[in-house]
Amino acid sequence: MGRSEAVGEERDRLSLKARVGTLLGAIVAALALIVFVVAHFLLPVPATVSFTADHIQGHAVNMTIQADPVNDASSTPDWASYFVRDPHNGKWIRSTVWQLPAHTRINVTAYQYDSCGPLRNQYFGHVRGTVGSAIYVNGHSESLADSYRQCSVAHSFTVPQLGINVPLAGVPGSAKNPCAQAPCQLSDSHEVIKFSFVTPGPGEYRWQCFVPCGLASLDGNGHPMGTLGFMSGFLKVVTD
Amino acid sequence: MADAAAARVDAPQPRHGLRIFWVWLVLSVVVDVLIWFVWGPHLPPGDMSSSAASQQLDVKVLAVVAAPVMLLIYVYFGYALTFWRQRDGDEEDGPPELSGAARAQKVWISVTTVLVLGLFVFGTVQLVSPAGAGAGEGSRPAWKPNGKPLQVQVIAQQWLFTYRYPAYGGMETTQLVLPVDQPVQFNVTSLDVIHSFWAIQLGVKADAVQDVNNVAYTTPQRTGGFTVRCAELCGLWHGAMFDYGKVVSVPAFESWAKSTETKLAPDTKILPAYALTYSPNEINGLAKFFYQAGTNGAGGGLYGSNFPNQP
Repeated sequence: MGRSEAVGEERDRLSLKARVGTLLGAIVAALALIVFVVAHFLLPVPATVSFTADHIQGHAVNMTIQADPVNDASSTPDWASYFVRDPHNGKWIRSTVWQLPAHTRINVTAYQYDSCGPLRNQYFGHVRGTVGSAIYVNGHSESLADSYRQCSVAHSFTVPQLGINVPLAGVPGSAKNPCAQAPCQLSDSHEVIKFSFVTPGPGEYRWQCFVPCGLASLDGNGHPMGTLGFMSGFLKVVTD
Repeated sequence: MADAAAARVDAPQPRHGLRIFWVWLVLSVVVDVLIWFVWGPHLPPGDMSSSAASQQLDVKVLAVVAAPVMLLIYVYFGYALTFWRQRDGDEEDGPPELSGAARAQKVWISVTTVLVLGLFVFGTVQLVSPAGAGAGEGSRPAWKPNGKPLQVQVIAQQWLFTYRYPAYGGMETTQLVLPVDQPVQFNVTSLDVIHSFWAIQLGVKADAVQDVNNVAYTTPQRTGGFTVRCAELCGLWHGAMFDYGKVVSVPAFESWAKSTETKLAPDTKILPAYALTYSPNEINGLAKFFYQAGTNGAGGGLYGSNFPNQP
């Protein structure tokens, strides 16, 4: 090897400073990625709304929820979402994690503001697991929703482990005053669904909507369907 | 010192190969007997069905064949470490490179060839004989059981399995109940993403794919419970996508099926007619419903061009 070649090779090699800098840069990039994943995907668990603090044992719990076509998150405003009314201050909170007392009747009033669409599986058109196996839609008792022939379902409240399934009636597409801003107001077109169920023993029971309502996501299954705090959550059942 | 080492090399050597062979043979017989009779009956997935028993036999045979090979390596290592290790003060190199050993090479190549080809034949027979070994065979299964199997449709969707029984009015339920000693044909499909129907103790595993009917067979051999899990990462609640099925006697199954059919009759009426797959584009009246309701649906591309207002 001639002297000039050796000098050229020496020149091509990265200096120690450059190598250390590259290594540190890579480490910082990896750490930033980890922080982003943790902060963006793992930490944003919705707040738990408790219905146990002031609960008197033996008494039923009244819970009011709403299913909206939109939500109040700035990054994903067009995702359908559930809101629950805080029992302490009456404010609407976008949360799907609800703490409930065990072995207690839960009376639910659901305001449904979204438009209807067919269920992916009509099996979830049948009311199951509620007290009396029925629900009241705008005051009328119903036990079955045929979403292939009527505008009868927009979302569902389904707790697979408890065998609870409640199809929530949809607002007709021709409704004059559809909700455009979450949380929706009673002046917006809506349906009122009332039902009751009894909580089991303590445990965490996941619930979800079984209507593919992930607007614009592949086959309607992504986005709010696959993210906690929108179309799925937990019932945290605790000892009273 | 060099003289001492040379003297050791020149000294008459015991028949190392024979020693290794006997130790290996005794250990292999003991370990294989233990694998077959003690460990084998507890190997997953058990023997609850024809396919499970067949898979357990596969694992037992593979373990019995593999154990002597593994033991030969361990015994050789152990023997070498014990008898051929470097002694204190011995700084001599070993003997020059060994050459030949043609007999050892012939034995090694012959035995491993027989093992591999034997397992190939065994594996092929085991795939064919229990009607596909409980695996999904696609929509046109190559290997079918004798007789007329009970048809059970497995419908997967995010995040729950439901089951339809075409012989009982096409009822759909979340309960998976099967009769003992009767062949069962699972017709596995999905309504959304790819899932996998895994009835663990039955030794049945078949992918659930939208617009595809994936057929798997088994014959339950014992009554009892089994676990069903989704075995394909399918989204947020994949880990919660499991349930429990049970195998019951034939009279108990008939009783359950008939009472459930009656109980679910109102539900069955609103279900689409039983089909091997369920594409929204093929469900009669659904497009009309879309038009009448003026809805855009949130299908996200699932619904075809005959549906209005795709988002």
